[in-house]
Amino acid sequence: MIHSLPRSLLTRAASGAYVASFFAFLFLPLIVVAVFAFNDANYPAPPWRGFTADWFIGGVGRVGLFADRPLLASLGTSAIVAAWVTVLSVAVGAANAFLLERVRFRGKSLLALAMLAPLVIPGVILGISILAFASRLAQFADDFIGVELEFLRPGLPLVVIGQFSYIVSIATLMIAARLKRFDTTLEEAALNLGASRAGVLRTITLPYLQPALVGAGAIAFLMSFENFNTTLMLVGSDPPLTVMMYGRMREGASPVLNAVSLFLMIASALLALALLQRPDARQD
Amino acid sequence: MPDLDLEVDRVSKRYGAHLAVDDLSLAVGRGSFFSILGPSGCGKTTLLRLIAGFLEPDSGDVRIGGRSMRGVLPNRRPVNMVFQHLALFPMMSVGENVGYGLARRGAAQPLIRERVATMLKRVGLPGAEGKRIDQLSGGQKHRVAIARSLVLEPTLLLLDEPLGALDLKLREHMKIELKQLQADFGTTFVYITHDQSEALVLSDHVAVMSAGRFEQVGTPQELYYQPRTPFVAGFVGANNRLTGAAARADGHFVELESAQGLTVQARPSGPIAAGDVVEAFVRPEVVSLAHDAAELAPMQRFVGRVESLLFDGANSAVLLRELRTGTEFRVALPQTGEFADLREGEQVAFGFDPQRAVCFEVTRT
Amino acid sequence: MTATASADLAAPRTRLALFLLFAPALIWLLGLIVLPHVDLAALSLRARVAPRTYEFSFANYRTFIDEPLYWHTFVRTAAMSIIATACTLLIAFPTAWYIVKIARGQAKSMLLVLCLIPFWVSETVRTLGWMILLRESGVVPHFLVALGITAQPVELLYHDATILVGLVYTSLLFMIVPLANALESLDDALIEAAYDLGGNAWSILRQIVIPHAAPGIAAGSIVVFMLTLGNYLTPTLLGGKNSLWFTEQIYAQFITRFNWEQGAAFGFLLLMLSTAIVWLGLAVSGQRFGDVMRRA
Repeated sequence: MIHSLPRSLLTRAASGAYVASFFAFLFLPLIVVAVFAFNDANYPAPPWRGFTADWFIGGVGRVGLFADRPLLASLGTSAIVAAWVTVLSVAVGAANAFLLERVRFRGKSLLALAMLAPLVIPGVILGISILAFASRLAQFADDFIGVELEFLRPGLPLVVIGQFSYIVSIATLMIAARLKRFDTTLEEAALNLGASRAGVLRTITLPYLQPALVGAGAIAFLMSFENFNTTLMLVGSDPPLTVMMYGRMREGASPVLNAVSLFLMIASALLALALLQRPDARQD
Repeated sequence: MPDLDLEVDRVSKRYGAHLAVDDLSLAVGRGSFFSILGPSGCGKTTLLRLIAGFLEPDSGDVRIGGRSMRGVLPNRRPVNMVFQHLALFPMMSVGENVGYGLARRGAAQPLIRERVATMLKRVGLPGAEGKRIDQLSGGQKHRVAIARSLVLEPTLLLLDEPLGALDLKLREHMKIELKQLQADFGTTFVYITHDQSEALVLSDHVAVMSAGRFEQVGTPQELYYQPRTPFVAGFVGANNRLTGAAARADGHFVELESAQGLTVQARPSGPIAAGDVVEAFVRPEVVSLAHDAAELAPMQRFVGRVESLLFDGANSAVLLRELRTGTEFRVALPQTGEFADLREGEQVAFGFDPQRAVCFEVTRT
Repeated sequence: MTATASADLAAPRTRLALFLLFAPALIWLLGLIVLPHVDLAALSLRARVAPRTYEFSFANYRTFIDEPLYWHTFVRTAAMSIIATACTLLIAFPTAWYIVKIARGQAKSMLLVLCLIPFWVSETVRTLGWMILLRESGVVPHFLVALGITAQPVELLYHDATILVGLVYTSLLFMIVPLANALESLDDALIEAAYDLGGNAWSILRQIVIPHAAPGIAAGSIVVFMLTLGNYLTPTLLGGKNSLWFTEQIYAQFITRFNWEQGAAFGFLLLMLSTAIVWLGLAVSGQRFGDVMRRA
């Protein structure tokens, strides 16, 4: 049952085998993707035809990742979108956290609940509702004011807005959880020692919140980078990476996709490592 | 009045229907150690926060160093505070904690470093600048909290029950250390506590507070030997308390008759007339024991049976039950070791000088 | 008394500061959540009678009922999502148990991190992995032939089971984390006591572990169900044309056919289904929404 109770050899073997196969199941798809990034064939499928780096640097009749301009462009698009979503989510999430933890007003519990609602709205529906509402606003502006509001048409600004609309809920949760544990007498002590209100925020409160801000930022960046459902509904002419990959996977994959996937895996692993190394960051 | 560092002038603070501080005045002389002693909920924390500026009084004024603090924000007051749980900044080193206030004043780094080093040396933590807060022991944290405030050379240092969270042994030690620090720096300390022993040991003057008002302000000796209200008599030090009616009374003594029929004589505090409802207090160490009642003359004398023995080293006492009425008395055992062999159930005579017991009229409020 | 006072002090004092705190939350919730959904509801309740002329109508919802393909897809999506959620729970529970209650020290935290890693990588990448594994020319059929189990490579993509595998795989993390959190707070001494009092594995599981882990189970199941229902990528790529997933219908109406009124109606139906099941899950397990989301 638990580690402190006697377990028969058979139970031990069975539970060990179960967990081993669970992790095999978990990692199999990733390993396959990584391995076939180096297979010397035009199609990511067995049998193994030898090692090649063509799918990164290019080869005879083959376009490698580093020369695949549309793919690289989509990678850049994803990074720009994710950067915007991160900045907006952390900033608004922090403001929300202060609102929930520091201000007393009527209807606060209702507002707190409303802030969680985006997490239970399917991403596709978030996407279409924002798409429809934005185009109604654009139509309205066009009809009555005579201005063409380009950013309300499908495109990257809408993608940023769509992703932000639910990622900010997660950022709010993470930052508010840490702010809740903050001992406000630290702020009083700082005031008592002569700090101004802005000084207290800068030298005491924000440094205390920093792990949560960084953590929320990393999660926001990652969720934005990975987002597909909401993005698909709002995307315009320049697709982010997930949408680009989806399109190519439907057409029949080339190992370049494996190459870019491997790149993503390494990048996320590095990001994860960097975050886990930080002391204090894991408690959220 | 140039020598007053703190004057509280008829200050009131109300929370809804609850009057936390009730038209209270107080003056603290330069360089003294002043304690405010009271049970939790008596308003002492509110008073401290009014002085620090975390609260604004509804009426009245707080003057620090002769200057009115009305409308002065907490970060502009020449007052520093040691918080109940110290509120050391966990994300900063010891040096950064102590230098925090100087840095906020815009002092230059070399100056801050020098002042912090000097300060840490004075509180007995030389070279501790680089340590993290969680590497310090409980006593060291206290010293850092005090150093962090005193480095700013405040007119007034407020201390909000800072020893409350410590274990007994460390608390005893920190009491002595705190008194030495105060004498060494000469800064005016205003200390709030619910622990009468802290207040008595540390202070030049103590104010006993109850329900938003001061019951009595005086030296520890005055509070102990000449309590002016039943509350002070009951709160400061251990006391035997007897209630009843004044059977006889003149300006110098009262004879109290309790409901159980016990008659005791005591010194009156304030005017008391025969027939008044009164309360008398007799300290355990005022009561003498004797195997033979005759030894106790000319004191008033009683005979009691030993109920239980409360051995606590120098503070040992015995609980007696007066034979005739069953009234319980706590009596200190003499330091000489005499009566150390008392047994439960034994009979013993006891008595006390009426002038060393005090009697108050019970005022109904 | 002290708490009130410190809350006062910590609270923003000026009107400007208050406004600056309220504004982002209100713009976000009203502008990006409430109004768009109200607009979506309005959109779903109108029908085009002439170019640029619309009137109030339930026509879009009637189409849903009249056209078997639509409601078949709807019911199928809901049923598959429930099955996927149940499978995820059954697969994740023993693993969460092993990580929390059997693994010790370093191994414990390492296994938990190991669970997280695949989910740091995009769902697109993970689905690509499954496609390479399962398609006719893929790794698994290749090995089945090599091992002599099948004579010809078989197509393992485009089956319902494949969709389930993909959905369960994608959802595992969202189940493991709340389960592990719930089990972590279960005192080992309770299990030891039950064992000591003669309980067997099954009775301990049923009477002690599951009641204690119920909040975690509810949180994980609700999140997994919601994510599965709204998934688009996995069913379309692993199920191909046969996947018949309801989100595809929404996408088709909105993007392919440009029939936004119909798409809005479908979107609203999906939202209602999702909300109903989330609510039902909360009601059955006696949980509160806020607590559940914080756990997840």
